[in-house]
Amino acid sequence: MTDRLDGNAIAGALQEVFGREMTTATGVCGHCGDSNRLGALAVYLAGPGTVARCPGCDAVLLVLAEVRGVTCVDALGFADLQPAG
Amino acid sequence: MERTAVLGRLSWRFATVLEVTAETDQTHSIVLDAPDWPGHLAGQHVDVRLTADDGYQAQRSYSIASAPSDEQLVLTVERLDDGEVSPYLVDELRAGDRIELRGPVGGYFVWRPTDAVPALLVAGGSGIVPFRAMLREHGAAMSAAPIRLLYSARTFDQVIYREELLRLAARDGIDVSITLTRAQPAGWHGYTGRVDTALLRQVSWPPEEHPAVYVCGPTGFVEATANALVGLGHDPGRIRTERFGGTS
Ligand SMILES: Cc1cc2nc3c(=O)[nH]c(=O)nc-3n(C[C@H](O)[C@H](O)[C@H](O)COP(=O)(O)OP(=O)(O)OC[C@H]3O[C@@H](n4cnc5c(N)ncnc54)[C@H](O)[C@@H]3O)c2cc1C
Ligand SMILES: [Zn+2]
Repeated sequence: MTDRLDGNAIAGALQEVFGREMTTATGVCGHCGDSNRLGALAVYLAGPGTVARCPGCDAVLLVLAEVRGVTCVDALGFADLQPAG
Repeated sequence: MERTAVLGRLSWRFATVLEVTAETDQTHSIVLDAPDWPGHLAGQHVDVRLTADDGYQAQRSYSIASAPSDEQLVLTVERLDDGEVSPYLVDELRAGDRIELRGPVGGYFVWRPTDAVPALLVAGGSGIVPFRAMLREHGAAMSAAPIRLLYSARTFDQVIYREELLRLAARDGIDVSITLTRAQPAGWHGYTGRVDTALLRQVSWPPEEHPAVYVCGPTGFVEATANALVGLGHDPGRIRTERFGGTS
């Protein structure tokens, strides 16, 4: 399960954490400044942890982990994250 | 951005299997009764969760094959012989069984009948599933947006929804092209070989017409196709992809 997927693959997890549809939200990469819909991020599912990277520069933008049934998100790689209007 | 840990707000629900039908040797459609289904958009998916007797859980995503206007919720799953979840869904599920799902989820890989621009849909293998929902929705909503589907399958027998696609292709505004990469039946009039730049140039609208482009299938297929489309001059920002995993 280390295939490269895209942000669609974490739509459910993101909706669980943020309480709304997030694949159409726009995130600005804190490393290269590219802005992308979260649906377009490069996503790697690896067991309990999931990493989403910038499709442009490969910087880690988001990490999702499930701990005892609670999904935790670390979105530290974004310079900005705006839900779709 | 701050770190957050929030309790889940999207709930899992049980759906009951009404029927399982074979689409191909490897692929079955699972018709579900999902009580209080909130409705969905064409292109959305669900997360399916299986729990073993000892409590072990496995979760995978499956595109919704039915249109929003269809009465029942349908998933179509391809069996990967070395897979963990798909062999169970394809081989073991029977009418009356229950599976857990949450959704619909996703808003990015979605086609709406109000989208007026031409759309190009490019599918590899089971990547046809979300497009079946879009094409059905196109018909149900009597959309005037022209749609072209380019579908790559290994052999004629592995073409999922074959009869239905041929019926849909007879409609105004929908073009269906199939390419068979491994073998072709006698008298085959469709395309042969992999989806490449030459075939995409032939089948797609020129980039100047700014079509909406959707590409779905195994990861390797999606990446090669998206790269070829960008090479032809399509705006990367108008190419939406959905990778199903795997590399073939
Ligand atoms: C948003 C989304 C929607 C999806 N919709 C569908 C759908 O409608 N129908 C469907 O059949 N599948 C769909 N998939 C793929 C599905 O989620 C599973 O990945 C697939 O069923 C394999 O699961 P498994 O447990 O059987 O295999 P695993 O045990 O996860 O994997 C077994 C092996 O197969 C490889 N592999 C994983 N996925 C694929 C693949 N898709 N193609 C080729 N090799 C693969 C893995 O790398 C591994 O080597 C979708 C995936 C995503 C992210
Ligand atoms: Zn970046």
